[in-house]
Amino acid sequence: MSAALLIDILLWGSVFGVGLIAFRRGPPVFKASLREGSMDFVNIVPRIALGVIGSGYIAAIIPQEVISGWLGPDSGWLGVATAVVAGAATPGGPVIGFSIGTVALKSGGGVPQVVAYVVAWALFAFQRVILWEIPFMPARFVWFRCAVSVPFPFVAAAIAMLIGKP
Amino acid sequence: MSEPSPKDPAPAEDAESEPRPGRVRKPIGWSTIIIAALVAVSAGLVWRRDGTDGVLEILTHDLSLFGGILPRVLAGCLLGAFISEILPHEKVSRALGPKSGLKGLLIGTAFGAILPGGPFTAYPVASALLAVGADFGATIAMVVSWTLIGYGRAVAWEIPIMGTDFTLWRIVISLPLPVLAGALGRFVYVRLYPKPATKDDEN
Repeated sequence: MSAALLIDILLWGSVFGVGLIAFRRGPPVFKASLREGSMDFVNIVPRIALGVIGSGYIAAIIPQEVISGWLGPDSGWLGVATAVVAGAATPGGPVIGFSIGTVALKSGGGVPQVVAYVVAWALFAFQRVILWEIPFMPARFVWFRCAVSVPFPFVAAAIAMLIGKP
Repeated sequence: MSEPSPKDPAPAEDAESEPRPGRVRKPIGWSTIIIAALVAVSAGLVWRRDGTDGVLEILTHDLSLFGGILPRVLAGCLLGAFISEILPHEKVSRALGPKSGLKGLLIGTAFGAILPGGPFTAYPVASALLAVGADFGATIAMVVSWTLIGYGRAVAWEIPIMGTDFTLWRIVISLPLPVLAGALGRFVYVRLYPKPATKDDEN
């Protein structure tokens, strides 16, 4: 809770800071960006609403046990590949993603596999890409970024295998 | 990015008359339609399994979540708009453009790592950087850095759920990835789209 508050303070502090810089460039600049930002907000809200309100339903029909089952103790590169697919397919927000990772660790999943899962989830969980990234960014960039990111959960797993457990 | 650029104070009229690289506002696109269909089907399945109560329970929970997120979305949009207004186009192209080299990728990585907030900040700001002259490589480094080594999600979610040891260890492993992803992105981009740089060179 205090962490969330701290992040909110940092966030609005940054808005205030860059707003102040814009204001010192002159009120027209400030007003123009204020208008621009508000328009972005108004345009994005329906999509965020759909995503946030709808994501509960998507999470409810994909049972977490199915995904944590994919992260089972079968180690090796096949397990890493499965973990990557599981990370991309995990619905819902960070609570679900990290909880699945924790369950997998506790139920004997391999550490490199769990690292691959968490990294893949962070890089291209389908729900975040569709709900957050595509509304805000050019779609061409988003697909390009996702395609380019594919090797990196595997790289992370390889590093994890090399340097060992935490 | 809090560099007030003391040596070129950019007079107000000048800054205003300069054509602003507007961001693309898409109307309801295919991705929205897909997600709407997915939500409708999921809600239908939940209704068949749990009845109206199950549907309403999820709805009220997610509505309150949505209410909590809204102010942050506004903050993210404002942050993106201010940043794209105050960052000078030529400087960004030089620092984060296609010819910025490893330094550009490192700047993108550092920027993504210190950026506060969640997806509601990272994506508007990344979009603003693209609009003012950053290339795909540096922007990829920024987005990947935000998602893998940014402290926001780590502090709020990963440490409480997965524990400090795992989280720090995972972040250490992830340290080289943003620069590598940005470099790969640049490498592929130049080969996919061989002549994109010339269009953005005039300011």
